[in-house]
Amino acid sequence: MSKIAVIGGGIIGVATAYELAKLGEEVILLEKNYFGSGSTFRCATGIRAQFTDEANIRLMKHSVERWEKLEEELESDIVFRQTGYLFLATSEEEVEAFKANIKLQNKFGVPTRLIDMDEAKEIAPILNTEPFLAGAWNPKDGKANPFKTLFAYLFRAKGLGVDAREHTEVVGFEREGNAITTVKFRYNGRIERVRVDAVLNAANAWAPLINEMAGLKRNLVPITAYKHQLVKTEPLEPGQAEPLICPPSWNDAYIIQDGEDGGIICGAGIEHKARSLNDVEPTYDFLRGVLDYAVRIAPPLRYAHIVRQWAGFYAKTPDSNPAMGKLLDNFYIAAGFSGHGFMMAPAVAQAMAELISKGRSKVPLDWEWYDPYRFERGELRTSAFQIG
Amino acid sequence: MAGKKIVCRCNDVTVEEVEALIDSGITDIEELKRLLRIGMGPCQGRTCIPIVLGILARKTGKKQEDILLPKARVPTRPVRVEVIVGGADE
Repeated sequence: MSKIAVIGGGIIGVATAYELAKLGEEVILLEKNYFGSGSTFRCATGIRAQFTDEANIRLMKHSVERWEKLEEELESDIVFRQTGYLFLATSEEEVEAFKANIKLQNKFGVPTRLIDMDEAKEIAPILNTEPFLAGAWNPKDGKANPFKTLFAYLFRAKGLGVDAREHTEVVGFEREGNAITTVKFRYNGRIERVRVDAVLNAANAWAPLINEMAGLKRNLVPITAYKHQLVKTEPLEPGQAEPLICPPSWNDAYIIQDGEDGGIICGAGIEHKARSLNDVEPTYDFLRGVLDYAVRIAPPLRYAHIVRQWAGFYAKTPDSNPAMGKLLDNFYIAAGFSGHGFMMAPAVAQAMAELISKGRSKVPLDWEWYDPYRFERGELRTSAFQIG
Repeated sequence: MAGKKIVCRCNDVTVEEVEALIDSGITDIEELKRLLRIGMGPCQGRTCIPIVLGILARKTGKKQEDILLPKARVPTRPVRVEVIVGGADE
């Protein structure tokens, strides 16, 4: 049994701590704020395998299969619903691009198909079909409750002996050669030390700071925090807009009905570089911009009330693909999820835990594609399709 | 709902549910908020947050003024979408 420190109490850190404990490892999980406070509790809840490259499609296919069994495994209602993702095309060129994406997704067993607007209207009665030519529809995509999912993992992790600590900030490491030997952290104003056999940096937007503490260049894995905001309406009748609905050519604007309370969550690619890693203040230009798109997608939303607006981070890498793998002999990273951490978590957590514990994983995760050293080598992957 | 003591009228949360979560070890009000949906309804926590603070103080032995309030979200009152995007008078 090894002692492993997991840094970051978001969904990636918490789920990986659980998977490591399942493999019999001794785990300490460190979160500097409250659990989920970074990006997880600010996400739009969506889960999809409709990516446009092989690595992300295969990873998300596996992740959705894990999501399908997660309520049973964690013995908790996490409000996972396969209500689909519906992408909408506004031009013939886009329809052709959808067809190419669908072909690639079908090749790896993702059942996306092209649908006409009559079928789209049946799927989402609130939809304005007039501006759109066709839809890319995968009924197996879906959504879940990020709060309940994170705590379901956390309770099970604690049950397996994980020492989970919040309001506990990592402040430094001791390193011998290419290995981390000790993690130093501050809790209640006191500095404590713990000797470790391995460390996972799962701090997402904050990951470059942790890399720097480990003696690496802060920009070795370049992650920039962009504010991604969401606006939510009062509850509407369930069934109006259950899938995530997105015309990508409208600045990646999307709507999705909360699976629990029925409110409509509205997002768009109107992004601001965060002034600091504390800057999650919502902005009026976003509110105005996102609602302009939302009422064009679903005109009846004009008469709904907005009850809440909030912001979180897209912890973005230059190619919008996360960095996953080994940075030093016993120092690993899974960060820079660029808005996809929640949906990828069940697969990524399993893969990272197996990599750290056994040195290899049976998850179909293309380690070369997500190699954290690719940026230093000047290699970028095909930009991962962002949204939701 | 006879006999149940409601803490949050927007999302029908009871005193028992709040106490059970605190007993399970969740004492951070931001976490209680998200798991129970207190403060997330149209009233934005005007009713439930002070009551939950009281329960939290009693159960944890902390002073109520030492517990940080959860982050308040805009808008403070629900606003119709058409007020923002225009066309409210059409």
